[in-house]
Order: sequence, then structure tokens, then C-alpha cells
Amino acid sequence: MPNHSFFVNGEKVTVDVESDVRLLWVLRDILGITGPKYGCSGGICRACTCHINGKAVPVCTVPVGKLRSTDKIVTIEGLGETVGKELHPMQEAWIEKDVAQCGYCQPGQVMAAVALVKDAQAKRRKVTDSDLDALRNVCRCGTYPRIREAIKLGEKGMPAPKRKKKRVVKKKPAARSSSDE
Amino acid sequence: MTVRADRTGLDAAEAAGDGAGITRRRMIGYLIAAPTLMAGARFAAPEEAAAQVPNIGITDFQDLSDVLTYAALPTMGLLAVTIGTDGIARFAVPRSENGQGLTTSIAMIIADELDLPMDKVKVTLAPARPELLYNQLTGASNTIHAIYEPLRLASAIARGALMSAAADRFGVLQSTLRTTAGEIVAADGRRIGYGDLAEKAAVLKTVIAKPQLRNAADLKLTGTEVGRVDARDIVTGKKSFAMDMMIGKATPTMLARAPTLNATALGVENASAVRKMPGVEFVEVIPHTEFVQGGVAVGARTFGQCIDAIRELKIRWSKGTSDGLSDADVLKELRANGLPMTPALPGKAIEETFTFYFRPGDPLETNTAVADVRSDRAEIWSAMKSPILAQEQIASMLGLSPSAVKANVIEGGGSFGRRLFCDAAIEAAAVSAKVKKPVRLQWHRTDNFRHGRVHPMGTNKVRGVVSGGQVVGFDQRHTAVESDFTHGLGELFSALAVKLPEANFLSFSQTVFYFTADNPYNVGAGAPLLNEIYTYNTFNTSSVRNVYSPDTGTAREVMIDRLAKELGKDPLDYRISVAKDDRMKGVLQRVKQEAGWGRSLPAGVFQGVAAHREYKSRVACVVELDMRKATVERKVPDALTGPRVTKLTYVVDVGKPINVLGVKAQIMGGAMDGIAQALTYSLHLKDGLFLEGSWDNAFYMRQWNVPPEVNIIVLPANTDDPGGSGELGVAAAMAATANAYAKATGKMPTEFPILHNRSDLGFDPQPSVPSIPQAPTDGLTRFGVRPKKKKKTAPKRRTTKKTGGS
Repeated sequence: MPNHSFFVNGEKVTVDVESDVRLLWVLRDILGITGPKYGCSGGICRACTCHINGKAVPVCTVPVGKLRSTDKIVTIEGLGETVGKELHPMQEAWIEKDVAQCGYCQPGQVMAAVALVKDAQAKRRKVTDSDLDALRNVCRCGTYPRIREAIKLGEKGMPAPKRKKKRVVKKKPAARSSSDE
Repeated sequence: MTVRADRTGLDAAEAAGDGAGITRRRMIGYLIAAPTLMAGARFAAPEEAAAQVPNIGITDFQDLSDVLTYAALPTMGLLAVTIGTDGIARFAVPRSENGQGLTTSIAMIIADELDLPMDKVKVTLAPARPELLYNQLTGASNTIHAIYEPLRLASAIARGALMSAAADRFGVLQSTLRTTAGEIVAADGRRIGYGDLAEKAAVLKTVIAKPQLRNAADLKLTGTEVGRVDARDIVTGKKSFAMDMMIGKATPTMLARAPTLNATALGVENASAVRKMPGVEFVEVIPHTEFVQGGVAVGARTFGQCIDAIRELKIRWSKGTSDGLSDADVLKELRANGLPMTPALPGKAIEETFTFYFRPGDPLETNTAVADVRSDRAEIWSAMKSPILAQEQIASMLGLSPSAVKANVIEGGGSFGRRLFCDAAIEAAAVSAKVKKPVRLQWHRTDNFRHGRVHPMGTNKVRGVVSGGQVVGFDQRHTAVESDFTHGLGELFSALAVKLPEANFLSFSQTVFYFTADNPYNVGAGAPLLNEIYTYNTFNTSSVRNVYSPDTGTAREVMIDRLAKELGKDPLDYRISVAKDDRMKGVLQRVKQEAGWGRSLPAGVFQGVAAHREYKSRVACVVELDMRKATVERKVPDALTGPRVTKLTYVVDVGKPINVLGVKAQIMGGAMDGIAQALTYSLHLKDGLFLEGSWDNAFYMRQWNVPPEVNIIVLPANTDDPGGSGELGVAAAMAATANAYAKATGKMPTEFPILHNRSDLGFDPQPSVPSIPQAPTDGLTRFGVRPKKKKKTAPKRRTTKKTGGS
């Protein structure tokens, strides 16, 4: 079996497993990192969403052999560390809004939410209702309306990255179209 | 104010005195012999109650909650609250937590009565305890109703014992002491924590104790909004589900399932080749039995390798129980088996038959269980709602005594009725016994949709008779595929009784139906009746959330709207005028005001109203349904869009809310469920198997159909009886959506979900062989980690306007 190396929550890991095993199972069954949940293994329910190099990815769709040794994976367990705190502002928002019921989908929901806000920030705008409508994570308990509220609250706690001073005129975020996602 | 516990028997109702509530039933409290303080409560005359198996069908009861609470009475007294030397109150609830928020509400009740901060109360789930008999079934939104009084009583006794111990310690009269947040404070300012008194307050011999309940004004948490006790663990990934346990010690296990329902695997042609596949540890036939769905079990190093192996297996299958049957066949049978209506009264009869297709009960966590079966004992970990039954069935299957089987109840990732039966636990035990090693069994999502338990298909015929400006008759006949109630009341003896010929239908189905198919309006003579077809094990069914009510309630409410129209009355005002009780009128009046009933809306947006009473609660719901073309024809990849509820207003009267936030959450979830069941969420039966195999096939609520505006109002307590809320929100939301649709189209919708018989299914059904699909491999490019390569085409998506990325 080949070895695969990559970073998980800031630590370099090496696993010895067949290349086609999806990252979800490598995390859960081999590394014992259980925050990402199994919900479909089809990239549909998104309960296993993690960040790979900052992008939200349902890791049931990623064969471990396709990872590079420099790839940085963040699971829900490591989300706080990315902002140097125990809890990321999005996790705090989730607690504040008491979003969860059974909690099974919520690690994936939180990871998707953080990436959604970052995507919007990269486009220099706020998260819109259309962005929220496009979230595909399933919550069978039906916490969706609270998820929407929590994302808007969590967004306030996530400072937009500083822009490089290249352009002359600053565009107002609100001026951007809301339907380009 | 508090008197020293005098250790003589006393009727709790009498003792309640000025304490808030607890007046209905006689209870006795105990101090229980234990190393640290332990207090419990039980209902009076237990021997009398224990001797009497609940006579299901007695009409003294008002609704199903009463039946289940009554069934729990004989054993409720064995529940006890313990105070540790760490000052923490512990309580193991003999119920299952799947997101309902039970553990939070229960912690609130204990914290209030003991005067402890929430973080000093630990509520866990008790493993199967056969001595509890009926009292370990989690269902029918009944837990808080059944547990509220004994829990308060036990907590009050514990608090009294602590005060008594503190009085001894300080050498003062107990009446000069007060409690505050886990400490007892003397008049001179001395204070001592509960933990320091826990041993001193303990008793060597179990004795009856007199409770002193706190006054309603002292109960600071009850009736307020408290966040879930596990909120932080959930958002940090720490909350542990069954599949998060025994990693590295138990083999990941998944089963290849049959191409039609309930077929059994007869043999595997290539087992030895599949055993050689990477990571594979075992391949074993697990026959389909009464308790075990079965198929061919594959154990591997990872679940991914189980999937790979399952897809390679060549399996011979027997016939199933529903081979060849499709929606239309079942519908034909249902139509042929409806019970006749009573002869119509004179007047204008308006009659309609509504069809409700199969709907999945899938939670997000599929059926899962860990099992470790040895020659002389077994241990199971699973989200079980009837753990005593599972323990006994597993013992019987393995030839062990029940005491040699430990059934641990693990928090589950949703239930919706799925976990009333412990299918995964029993199946995992069967596999573990066969392969002689511990296994972590997980159902694949596709199997969970196709072979898991579903809401049975049914038809509901309703007839209203109008005469002299009012409704004088209202008859309902429900005909359905039989619901499996063979979990009985969660215990083997009653479950066996249900398996007697006809018993499933005659006892449990009729009882549940009788107590839930309530008509909350004064609309003349008529009674709801039920007929069920096919035996309970033809399809895999269960009491999916809200059981019959989504169907019977929607049919009733749609017809009420129709009758109001016939009478020329506003449907909401009409409901208020005929509501049978004041609480029903109350929720309707309030929802009228809160929703802005009759307000001006854009053309193409319509309001709908519905109400419901069940679980000792009352609800009324108003939705605004956006039927505009731009909305209905929205394109979202791999989705069924259609009309969208844009605003939802729900007014809820649960009698006595414990955790207002928990009630709101349950109602919100019920509403999402109800809206989806009204419009999009169902299963299509074709040739003995359901076509749906993923969340992009079965169109449950997703963000693009979520109402952007949701307002849930929980009315303050008006009784001392906490009603249920877990299933309460489904029926009225479903019916209100149907009524808005009826208003938009000018006629009653008669098929549910409304979009079930759409011209385009909206997905390509997965094949039945192999039973599960392979996972995608394109995640890195599809989700933007790597640039997309030009040559390779993305996997086929159903509608392709946008990428699926979020």
C-alpha cells in the first residue's frame, strides 16, 4: 500500500492505504477524526464537508491518492485554530443561535458556511439570500432557517481579508450583483 | 418554609401544597440507599399498576400521550437523581435522544427543582433496563409528558435531603437555610456546596421521603429559552455518534442489499475473489429474517472498501415481499379496500379522496450500530428507541440470556420514527456473531432510502355535509398500507402480542389511529375510521414522524377549507367559530394576528391556514406560498424546486413549555418536514423497489425551498401539563401549504406530495444491482481545489445551468 502525506489541522500526517480510498474514510476510519460525518458518500448531503486549501469540499469525493503533500485539510476539529481561538466566529454564531438539533449535519454545515462567507468576501460583498439558497447541505431536522441566521451572524465576526492596494477606487460591496454564484 | 424530611410516607400530590403543579397523580418519593445522595419518585400503588398490562383502547384517555404515560407509570418510580461529591446532579434518562432536545429539557427541570446551574446537571441516556418494562420506549412526543412530575419530585427530595444535612452540619434549623445555585447558605452567611453534603445526605437504607417542591416563581428556567446542552460539542465535532465509537477495534461493515424489498441472499458466486480485494476482511451472507434486513455483509478496513467490495459481489437473491408492485398497484388495492362511509345526512355532500404516497423516514445518520458478540455475552451501541426489545430480541437470536446482552443507547443523528425499531442493532449483532469479531455496521444512504422504514402509502376519503348554513356531518376513512407497530410498547411481551394474526392492526394501529385522528372542530356527526392492507411486513414501515396525522390532518384541513368556501366564510374565521376548545380558538386567533391574515400580497402569492391538536398541544399555522412562474420554474441542479413557501407563521400551545427554544426548534423542523411532504418529498415504488436512493432523488426540504421568513410563537403556560412538540409541527404546516395551493389553483390538491406525479421524475434512478453507487472521485476539481481539466467531462448532472458548488 502506498503512503500518502498531507496536513490535517496543521499537522503533517502520513497514511498507508490504497490510493482510491476517499479522504472521508481515511479521516474517520484510519485517523479517527470523526467530526466529518458520513451521510451519503455521493457528495450530495455534504455532512463530511471539510476545507482543503480553504475550499469547502465534501471529502467523500476525494480519493486520498489525489492529495499532494502540501495540501492543507481543516476539519471541524481544527476550525478554531485557523483563527487562533477555541471557537471560530461561525461556531460561536451557531451556539448563539442554538442552531443544532441532532447535530449530525452541523459540522459540515459550519464548514460550508465559513467557506461561503470567505467566497463572498473574496468577491468583496456580503452573503446574500441567493448564496444561502445555493447551500446544498442537508439538515433532516430542518434547522435551515436558523442556519441562515447563524451564517449572517457569523459573517459579522469574520473580518474581510485586507485587500492589496492595487485598484484606485474602492467599490462598495453592496453594489455587486447578488446572483453571480 | 421547608420542613425537615420526616421519612414517612406521603402522597406527593398532597405534599405539593404551594409548590407549582404536580397535582394529578399520586406519587411517593424515596431516598435511595447509595454511597452518595440518591432520590427517586414513583407513582403510588405501584403493585396495582404493575399487575395491569395497559388496556389499550380504554376511552378514558384523551389522547395517545395519556396511553403512553399510563403505560410508563408502573416503572417511573425507578428513576433516580444522584448528587455526586463533585456537586453534580446526574440522571440517566431511559429514553433516546435524536435531536429532540430531551437532555436539555430534562436538565432544566432538574436544575430548577434542585436549584443548580445548568452546567452542574448531567443527563445521560440509560442502557436497556428490562426492569423498566414499558418505560423505555421513545415515541409519540411523549417523554416530557411522562417524566416531568417524577423528575421534579425526585429533585425536590434530593434538595430537601441536602438542606437537612446542611442543617445538621451547621447546627441550625433547616428553616433558616436557603439554597442558591448549588450551595446552601445559612443566615449567618456560612455556605456549603451540594457536593460537600452528598455523602452526608446519603442514606443506608431506602426510605420514603417527603418532597417540598419549589414555588413556581423559583423555577427560573422552566418556560424560558435555553440553548442545547450539547451545542458546543456539536459545533466542535466532539459529539459522539455510534459510528464515532470503537474505531480501530471494530470492523467497518456494510451490507449488499436485495434488488427488491425483503428478499434474502441465497448465495454469493464470487465471495472468495471479493475477500481478496484491498482491505476486505470478510464476506458473509446474512439471511433476511423477521428481525434482520440482511443481505451480504462485507467487513473491511474502511467503509470505502466495503462499498468497493459490495459493488463487485455477484449475489443470488430469493423473491421479495413486494416483487412487481408499483405505486399504481398499491393505489388500486387501497381504493378497493376503503371502509364505507356512514349514510349521508340530508344536505349537500362534498366528498374527496386524497392520496398520500410513500415517504421516507430517513434521518441524516443512517442506521448504525456497533456490536461485539462473544460466545457468552454481547454488547451493542446504537441509537435505540426501544432498547429493551432490542436486548431481548438479540438475546433470543443469539441464544443468550437477556442479562448477558448489554444494549447501550447512543445519541442518534435524527430519528423521525426510524429508530423505534432497532434494525441496525440487531443486524450488527447477527453479523458480529457470524464473523466472531466486533463490527461497526453502517447502512449506505441508498439502502437507507430503499430498504429502510417508510411512511406507509394511504388514501383518505373525506365527506362533509352542508345543510342550513352549517356543516352537519364530517366523515373520514383512512385506508393505508399497514404500519408496523411490532415494536409494541418497547418490550418483548407486548411486541409478541402484536405479532399475533391481525393483532398489529387490531390493537396498535387502531389504538394509535383512534387517539390521533381527532377532529378539533364542531362539524357535526361522523368519526374517522381506519383500514389497513397488506401485512405489516410486506413493506418496511414504521411510525414515521407524526404517524397518521400528516395524512388524516391534511385531508381534514383541506376539506375544512373547502367547506368554509361552500359556506361563503373565511377559512380562518370559520375555524375559530367551530373550534372545539378555547386553546384551539386561542392559537387560531393569535395566528390570524401574527401572520397578517388577509394582508395584501403580490399576485401569485397565496396564504393558507391549518390547525391541529395532538400530544395535548394545539397549533395553528399560516403560510404564504409563492406560485409565481419565476419561482416555480427556478433551476437548481439536481433539485425539484416548484412553489416556495416564503413566509411561515406558527402559533404553538403546548400547555406548559419547558424549554421554549426547544419547542420552537421542534416546530420549525416539523414545518420543514410538513412543507416538503406537501410539495415534493416522497418515494416512488416501482417493481418492488423504491426508485429514490439519495437526497438528490428524494426531495426533502433544502435551502432553496426554505421559507426566508419564519415566525414561531410559543404561548406561555396555561396548564401544568407539558404537551408534546416533537411531531406536533408536521401536519398543520403540510395542510396549510396544501390550502395555499388550493387557493392558488382554485381546487383541492388530491395527491401528496403535490408534485409526486410530475412529468419528469427529476433524477435518473440508480440501478438496483449493485445495490449501492460508487462515490465520486472528482471532488478536488469539482469544488475548486484544483483547476478543472479541459478534456475530462464532469459526471453527468441532471440540470446543468449551474455548478453544484456552494
